[in-house]
Amino acid sequence: MIWLLCGIVLMGVSGLAGLIGSRARDGGQKLACALILVGVTLCLPALLKVLAPTATVINWRWAVPGGQFLLELDAISAAFILPLLLVVALGAIYGLGYWRHREHPANATKLQIFYGLISAAMIVLLLARNSLLFLMAWEVMALAGYFLITTEDHKPEVCRAGFIYLIATHSGTLALFGAFALLGTGQPGALSWPAAASFSSPQAGLIFILALFGFGMKAGLMPLHIWLPGAHAAAPSHASALLSGVMIKTGIYGLVRLTSFFAEIPAWWGWTLLLLGVVSGIFGVALAIAQHDIKRLLAYHSVENIGIIALGLGLALLGRSYNQPTLVVLGLAGCLLHVANHGLFKSLLFLSAGSMIHGVGTREIDQYGGLLKRQPLTGLFFLGGAVAICGLPPFNGFISEWLIYLASFKVLNSPSGVLSLSLLTAPALALIGGLALACFVKVFGISFGGEPRTAAAASAHEAPATMLWPMGIFLLACAFIGLLPSQLAPLLNRAAAQWQGQDHPLPLSLGGPLAPLAAISLAGWILVVLLALVFWRLRRCSQGARRDLGTWGCGYPFPSPKMQYTASSFGDSLVRLFNFGLWSKRHGGRPDGLFPATSSFESHTPDLFLDRLFSPAFQGAAWLMHGVRRLIQNGVAAIYLLYSALTLLVLLALLTR
Amino acid sequence: MIGRIVLQLLILLMFAPLPLGVINKTKALFAGRIGPPLLQPYYDLARLWRKGFVFSRTTTWVFLAGPVVGLVVPVLACLLLPFGGLPAPISFHGDLILFVYLFGLSRFFTAAAALDTGSSFEGMGAVREVTFSCLAEPIVLFCLLVLAHGADSLTLGGLLGPQLTSFWHSPHAASLGIVLVCLFVVLLVENSRIPFDDPNTHLELTMIHEVMVLDHSGPALGMILYGAAMKLVVLGALVVRLALPLQTGWLIGDLLVFLVGILLLAVVIGVVESTMARLRLPRVPQVLVGTSLLSVFALVLALR
Repeated sequence: MIWLLCGIVLMGVSGLAGLIGSRARDGGQKLACALILVGVTLCLPALLKVLAPTATVINWRWAVPGGQFLLELDAISAAFILPLLLVVALGAIYGLGYWRHREHPANATKLQIFYGLISAAMIVLLLARNSLLFLMAWEVMALAGYFLITTEDHKPEVCRAGFIYLIATHSGTLALFGAFALLGTGQPGALSWPAAASFSSPQAGLIFILALFGFGMKAGLMPLHIWLPGAHAAAPSHASALLSGVMIKTGIYGLVRLTSFFAEIPAWWGWTLLLLGVVSGIFGVALAIAQHDIKRLLAYHSVENIGIIALGLGLALLGRSYNQPTLVVLGLAGCLLHVANHGLFKSLLFLSAGSMIHGVGTREIDQYGGLLKRQPLTGLFFLGGAVAICGLPPFNGFISEWLIYLASFKVLNSPSGVLSLSLLTAPALALIGGLALACFVKVFGISFGGEPRTAAAASAHEAPATMLWPMGIFLLACAFIGLLPSQLAPLLNRAAAQWQGQDHPLPLSLGGPLAPLAAISLAGWILVVLLALVFWRLRRCSQGARRDLGTWGCGYPFPSPKMQYTASSFGDSLVRLFNFGLWSKRHGGRPDGLFPATSSFESHTPDLFLDRLFSPAFQGAAWLMHGVRRLIQNGVAAIYLLYSALTLLVLLALLTR
Repeated sequence: MIGRIVLQLLILLMFAPLPLGVINKTKALFAGRIGPPLLQPYYDLARLWRKGFVFSRTTTWVFLAGPVVGLVVPVLACLLLPFGGLPAPISFHGDLILFVYLFGLSRFFTAAAALDTGSSFEGMGAVREVTFSCLAEPIVLFCLLVLAHGADSLTLGGLLGPQLTSFWHSPHAASLGIVLVCLFVVLLVENSRIPFDDPNTHLELTMIHEVMVLDHSGPALGMILYGAAMKLVVLGALVVRLALPLQTGWLIGDLLVFLVGILLLAVVIGVVESTMARLRLPRVPQVLVGTSLLSVFALVLALR
């Protein structure tokens, strides 16, 4: 455990190396990256021992009232830390090629410092077992996240995104202060956390609501996701990968950890999470389809995936309320595995999107095209990530969605009538999966297929090796979980047992809820081998074919790249289907007459909650307060004197009885 | 065991193009024509396999991946399914989800291959295919939930097991009937048949699946046609098993029931295609949403 702490400290201070090394040769950056890699390596031995029977604990005295430096590594923490370490390490390597010091002298050092700091803060947060320590790490993470988002603080839209994030995260933290204060009242250890499934309080409902607001804000559950699309689009790609792949999961971690304390789980907690999960999932992906900016699109997919994770957690909570042990194991295993999976494939997608932006110089999907010929490896990695995020076999997304499906089907066996409502999870998940597939077919097909739509896309170049290797390793990790999921079953099983406060996990072997994972892996291997064989055969017999002809244009001889389907036209029919909730704005696009003049079309889908609800509401409140202030602070000295006199009178009335 | 797997694969591979011939023959009979020979799909496949390839200079390896995935997925899906009296070779708790998602994989690559050509026709086809399929998927899940409730099992083999006969005689038979209708609709959508799509209209803007394969040629096109034929048999096997859950206890008898069932299904599809016009495109999502509601109704009936 002491090595783990050393690793955390090394990561935390790694960015300071940027201040000393030579800027011209990126020396400081390389040193910082090396420090992060050493730190990650030092963390690994402790994680490998997580399945050992004795827990790894550090308990130091801490001269802060109520504080205690209590760190503990259990299976739940490990399930969050393992993907975190991979994302941090590979992101740091990727940064060597993507955000070089000599190319970004103004902000590369800042980025490096806060990248290390946020990584260390997140690990401490995931290990902390004391409210005060947790909240301190939480705030360090939140603030370091702000500086990552505002890396390019000379751009006004970046500053706006950072500002919205700052407001959102602090309102969330405010709710968390409340939740942890309530958690501390009425128990002897005050701010140290109770053991799993041992806590009960008359204010349990209030604690849950506050925690749902605070943690849901960080995780990006649907009505609270407002900060997420702008922030992920504004940050540099490897920082976006860290924010989207790992940081928002700390919200999920908080929910998982907090719900584990309670001995009794009211049924409405599970129902609330299921409802939020369905809303986030469906509307997250519908909004993603309507986006034109590749990073905003990926950010909305984070909302969708958080929805899927919430579905798993909701089912697990319902399993606890209705006493269904297999439902708990499957739901929580699906939730935790999807957390790890989303961390891997979303990071992969953000990194490959970064490579596309690096190569073409824009984030607009409609300006890409034909990139597979110019960036063959980036294209391959993006395709792998896209298949994984759609939850398709043989990649990892399928495994976690499968677990959640199975949990939902398990409800069929339960005698309770009300619980059967949660059967709707399965069709909802199918709809989310179908829409995600449509969205990623769009992104991949429009960006990488066809002919380049702009000169910039035509002259795109492949990324350097320091950017390609991290993507390749992410893809391998996705394939590993997809093809050998039973390797992770012991960890997930143990996490589920610890979550319910049981000492003995359910059996893994024949008949256990996670047993079919081995069969899935067999099917996955058959699929991969068959695909490889047939593809190789077809490739061989098509070797000498003609490749110099144009695409068949149904008889039209002069096709141009402008005539290709664009991302907007691809998304249009789906956006119209969901127009009841999206309210896209459409301008132009109807040429009329026999010889129409030049016409243009543009469509724009503002965020459902930020642009339609919160912004107008806050602007209204600001206007109102402005008026009130003008009324009160009107600059007339006599009125101010009157205020003083009134205050004195009131005080006199209150203090003299 | 190995012998049975080989037998099941052989049946799929040898038998798959025949239902297409039956459909065409039925349509020809309705139209008062003689029609192409029953074995015409086999001749077509053989001819395509002998031909060469032509590639657009726009395309990349993804263009070839589409046909490959389209061919492999039905073969693997067939291994998850009990064929007549043959038990499913790969069977595990929750294999029905894998079955549904495998077809998702094939859709992903078919659509990606279509967009790889850069043709606006194929882009149009790709977006229609993914739009309609994402509406069809919840229907499948609702149907599977009903079946899983009746069977008390989560394997496809268990879902389509011998208990179906008693299911038809139980008070829940109505929900099973609705499920059968819903799955038939999904079968028509997924296999791009009238009234959702017309497999004969390569050069009209209203088609969906066929336009996505406009640029394919030679063996690749043959693989697409062959994959589509196998997909019809695999999805048809679900419907047939639900409609005719006869179990003679005798391997050849069960297989005969299954094969005759598939051919009957082909005749029914032919009749539907001859007697209905293709729906207008905006109507298709409405029909699919209506079918989803019907499948929700089936679930409510089953849980009652």
